[in-house]
Amino acid sequence: MLTTSEIFDKVQETLIDALGVDDDEVTLESTLVGDLGAESIDFLDIVFRLEKNFNIKIPRGELFPENLASADSSFVQDGKVTPSGLEELRERMPHADVDALAADPRVDNIQNLFTVQMIVNFLENRLASA
Amino acid sequence: MRWIWIDRFVEFEPGVQARAVKNISLAEEHLHDHYPGFPVMPGSLMIEGMAQTGGILLGQTSNFEKIVILAKVPDVTFHSWACPGDSLIYTARLLDARDEGGTVEVKAHIGERLVAEAEILFAHLDQTDPEFGAIDQKDFVFSSSLMSVMDVGLAGDGISSSGG
Repeated sequence: MLTTSEIFDKVQETLIDALGVDDDEVTLESTLVGDLGAESIDFLDIVFRLEKNFNIKIPRGELFPENLASADSSFVQDGKVTPSGLEELRERMPHADVDALAADPRVDNIQNLFTVQMIVNFLENRLASA
Repeated sequence: MRWIWIDRFVEFEPGVQARAVKNISLAEEHLHDHYPGFPVMPGSLMIEGMAQTGGILLGQTSNFEKIVILAKVPDVTFHSWACPGDSLIYTARLLDARDEGGTVEVKAHIGERLVAEAEILFAHLDQTDPEFGAIDQKDFVFSSSLMSVMDVGLAGDGISSSGG
């Protein structure tokens, strides 16, 4: 069983390989898109590498759900995620800090859910239940 | 000129590994500009050849039903160069193939000499996506006559009298 810090180390290594960033750029708080410059295709790369490095399977859409904003028209209104949208996010992304988004639910902020901490949370849950 | 950067497959083990050859010729226009007096195959075209080798290897696993696109080259290293008269052998190994896409590792050799190696990530486009729904796979990635590389060899080896 890996400790949280061992999981972080492997996630950090994964992101260095996938995104070409330096190790000191990858902190728990780093956002993948804003801080580490990830583009959509990088998410696929990251998932592949995590699967390999942790020897697990990550079903499509579990770690990085797709089409979050467009899944249901009631999830977004006036450029903001609605309460029902936030509810959906909590459901689909228990590993993400949805409370932080709820404080400023602009659609642009959805991508800030994707942090290094979020990946570590996801893997912790996944490895604990394995 | 057609956008086919491999000449034929010399080995194809479905779902595992494929090996293709690219013979470099001074008849290729770009070699006269790249570079004048020093014709070498552009690295970008080597990547394309490696991607075509690996992309067909990946595409075959879904019987070419999925739209396979070159998404990312996470890693590439050029160790040497290739000139007219050289035969580059691209050896692609399938590392991962799944619904969303796949990865291959490709090495390029001339004889024993390692010229380049790359890791290439492919994505499968979602055919239900309205933006891409209209794309006919046969007219897209595995086209521009690229798949005609699979026909090379149908004429036989030129040794046996019957051909094919």
